[in-house]
Amino acid sequence: MTRLTHLQRLEAESIHIIREVAATCDNPVMLYSIGKDSSVMMHLAMKAFYPSKLPFPILHVDTTWKFREMIEFREQFAAEHGLDLIVHINKQGVDMGMGPFSHGSSVHTDVMKTQGLKQALDKYGFDAAFGGARRDEEKSRAKERIFSFRSAQHRWDPKSQRPELWNIYNNRIQKGESMRVFPLSNWTELDIWQYIYQENIPIVPLYLAKERPVVERDGMLVMVDDDRMPLLPGEEPEMKMVRFRTLGCYPLTGAISSTATTLTEIIQEMLLTKTSERQGRAIDKDSNASMEQKKQEGYF
Amino acid sequence: MTKTTYEVQQSDFITNDIAGYLKEQEQKSFLRFITCGSVDDGKSTLIGRLLYDSKLIFEDQMASLESDSRKVGTQGDDIDFALLVDGLAAEREQGITIDVAYRFFATDKRKFIVADTPGHEQYTRNMATGASSADVAVILIDARKGILTQTRRHSFIVNLLGIRHVVVAVNKMDLVVYSEEVFSKIEADYREFAENLDFSTLTFVPMSALKGDNIMTSSDDMNWYDGPAFMSVLEDIDILNKKAEIPFRMPVQWVNRPNSDFRGFSGTIASGTVKAGDNIIVLPSAKTSRVKAIVTYDGERDHASADQAVTLTLEDEIDISRGDVITEISQRPETTDQFQAHVIWMGEQPMLPGRPYLIKTTNKTIAGEISALKHKVNVNSLEHEAGKILELNEVGACNFSLDEPIVFETYRDNPAMGAFIVIDKISNATVAAGMIDFGLRRATNVHWQTVDVNKDARAQQKRQKPVVLWFTGLSASGKSTIANLVEKKLHALGKHTYLLDGDNVRHGLNRDLGFVDADRVENIRRVGEVSRLMVDAGLIVLTAFISPFRAERRMVRDMMETHEFIEIFVDTPLEVCAQRDPKGLYKKAKNGEIKNFTGFDSPYERPERADIHLSAGKMTAEEAATEVITKIEAKYLSS
Repeated sequence: MTRLTHLQRLEAESIHIIREVAATCDNPVMLYSIGKDSSVMMHLAMKAFYPSKLPFPILHVDTTWKFREMIEFREQFAAEHGLDLIVHINKQGVDMGMGPFSHGSSVHTDVMKTQGLKQALDKYGFDAAFGGARRDEEKSRAKERIFSFRSAQHRWDPKSQRPELWNIYNNRIQKGESMRVFPLSNWTELDIWQYIYQENIPIVPLYLAKERPVVERDGMLVMVDDDRMPLLPGEEPEMKMVRFRTLGCYPLTGAISSTATTLTEIIQEMLLTKTSERQGRAIDKDSNASMEQKKQEGYF
Repeated sequence: MTKTTYEVQQSDFITNDIAGYLKEQEQKSFLRFITCGSVDDGKSTLIGRLLYDSKLIFEDQMASLESDSRKVGTQGDDIDFALLVDGLAAEREQGITIDVAYRFFATDKRKFIVADTPGHEQYTRNMATGASSADVAVILIDARKGILTQTRRHSFIVNLLGIRHVVVAVNKMDLVVYSEEVFSKIEADYREFAENLDFSTLTFVPMSALKGDNIMTSSDDMNWYDGPAFMSVLEDIDILNKKAEIPFRMPVQWVNRPNSDFRGFSGTIASGTVKAGDNIIVLPSAKTSRVKAIVTYDGERDHASADQAVTLTLEDEIDISRGDVITEISQRPETTDQFQAHVIWMGEQPMLPGRPYLIKTTNKTIAGEISALKHKVNVNSLEHEAGKILELNEVGACNFSLDEPIVFETYRDNPAMGAFIVIDKISNATVAAGMIDFGLRRATNVHWQTVDVNKDARAQQKRQKPVVLWFTGLSASGKSTIANLVEKKLHALGKHTYLLDGDNVRHGLNRDLGFVDADRVENIRRVGEVSRLMVDAGLIVLTAFISPFRAERRMVRDMMETHEFIEIFVDTPLEVCAQRDPKGLYKKAKNGEIKNFTGFDSPYERPERADIHLSAGKMTAEEAATEVITKIEAKYLSS
């Protein structure tokens, strides 16, 4: 008898969760953020249904400020696997000229990401949405259920979560209510990288170090990905060897100096590093409990 | 922070041979455990300490921990480790952990997932949640306080959920001057208590999570203790994977049908091992076949075992759907629609026997009811107590009766085949966790007696269609008066009827029942069963009961065949009823002389879709009775 390794157990658990949604929800969707966690989640979904194709569409909420390489990767990935890809952009936000530079990071994120997501879920009437969040990312995520109930207003109420026992998930909802489902809940950042390494999962090249044009602003290395970024007096983009630990809107995602150009070098660097993953994201810094608040409002 | 030798070695390993390091990481074993204890036993501090000492705290987290410790910490200028794990803003303010949180850390031997479960009394349900997926339980005891009521409660729940390995962490030893005597007494007390529980390993470690004594390394202050430090205990507990050695079971989760050439059955193997070529049987249909292939994305496998998520194809084309169980032929699980189970009640509303609930097993959701509460378990004394209902956080042994059979094994023999949750039909909340003790033989041995003269024959003789006319409404709404008039009219038409009246039934059949919710449910259940027998006798049954709860009216409807139940809502406003007050009950209720009076201190849930809705405040009883006759005439009264 072969004993299952840690990753085999995590993989099986995630596949079970993904299948359960497909078997019991009327109209599920898989959120696709193009990042490494999403890539792992998509890979697990393909495993779950093989030889069938995914029995649900995938949704990317595009804030229009993503790195260009992310969008290229998305298009190629969807085409290659014959995925039913929905891209949703908050039109009202675009009409308002929304952007992180003009409106600040929290307003931009709220309008383009949180509101955009709610719009898309309402528009298509999805009753379950998979997200790639992990419990090790942040303190309030550590307490979220795998099947996380949302009211008709998409709100999360941390005090009235359904108890979740064994691998028996209660996904019963009334009309208008929905479920967010997190198949990667029990994975850690290291597990994700190890799995990408083991399974040879393609990822956006931004994770690997390369010479990129960056400016240093508020202690963060920001990549100048297009000409929408207004440079402050004295700022001059410099070519530096950098990579990204997480991916999002380019003006809000800090790069780190790195020479890691291969997957093993990334993992090596990660193991030896001394800062946590979300540090590069502007949104968490606002206040101590800011992620919890965002989630109550409907952020993933 | 100075680096330990181990840390330097690891760093060198990572730097010099990352591929080798990753290979080694892949082979690590895996342990899930829960921590439980009373408020202030120091659970969060212990977990914070484990994360800190296993170097899982990054510099930015450390900086915010230091600043938080000064701001809201309880340790003066020292680091308050509890702040690392108390995630939600609300509990940071209250200083208690209010929900289950999952944490991750690793040593060079094992990877760990910790469920940090709350000790606060009203959150027993969260503890059961954490325990349901754990291999090991860590029970914290404050050395100054010894074994508390909640220690017993938590140990009992851990045992109930089938955890066989327990580590008792006797914490805060620094506050009892590291006294061996204190530790020994707690150990002896706990061992005595645990004799009634079914733990296979029981280890005791004296420690101070705050000071770090006996956490990662042995403490100099407790030389009298020669056992391993806490972390070593966790690293070395041998979790035998019994699951893979017991008979093969795979609940079918999803039918995989990409095209007409492929028909696979996907699921997570609950227990045992399966190989291509194995003979299998599908339950409950009892159809047999052979495994053709074990299909995965990574290619076909020759075998697969417990906890793996696979897709099976079979040699024969047999009808299988979600909810079925594929199992080996020689040792089969049981099939039943009635069983006894232990439940932990987690709902805000109490468990009422007779009320319909949904039961969800690993792959099937079935309607059913708790037919009886056999006994409650006092989780402090472990003694059995009589009771009628279960309140939030209470534990009891219950008989379940389901609308369809399930395939199961006892929770003790095979947890994955014996566990279920109970869901409230109306709020959709998860209201209980259940663990099957045994099937009730009654289900297989007591068959419905089939008789030659059946319902149709009896009804035909009377030239009528049997039906229940179920009048519901407030006290004094006019139910009995209208039902009485309807019966007179039916009698005049030559129909064979019987009227069951609330007050009359309570004088005989239901005289043992009172007016609390549990009794109201049982009252209606009995009336429903009597009505069903009378319908079977071919009669037109009229009932006049307040029947205030939607769930019970639905329960009675579900007992009958589709067109045999007509719900008639006698909708008279409360003010009108209170004014009529023929029995003086409203007056008594107002004066507080009677309790649980519907409309006052006991709710009436209005029918959402009654078959007949009588605006009885605006019409005479005679008009109302005529309306009922008109509505049922065509379908039920013509021969």
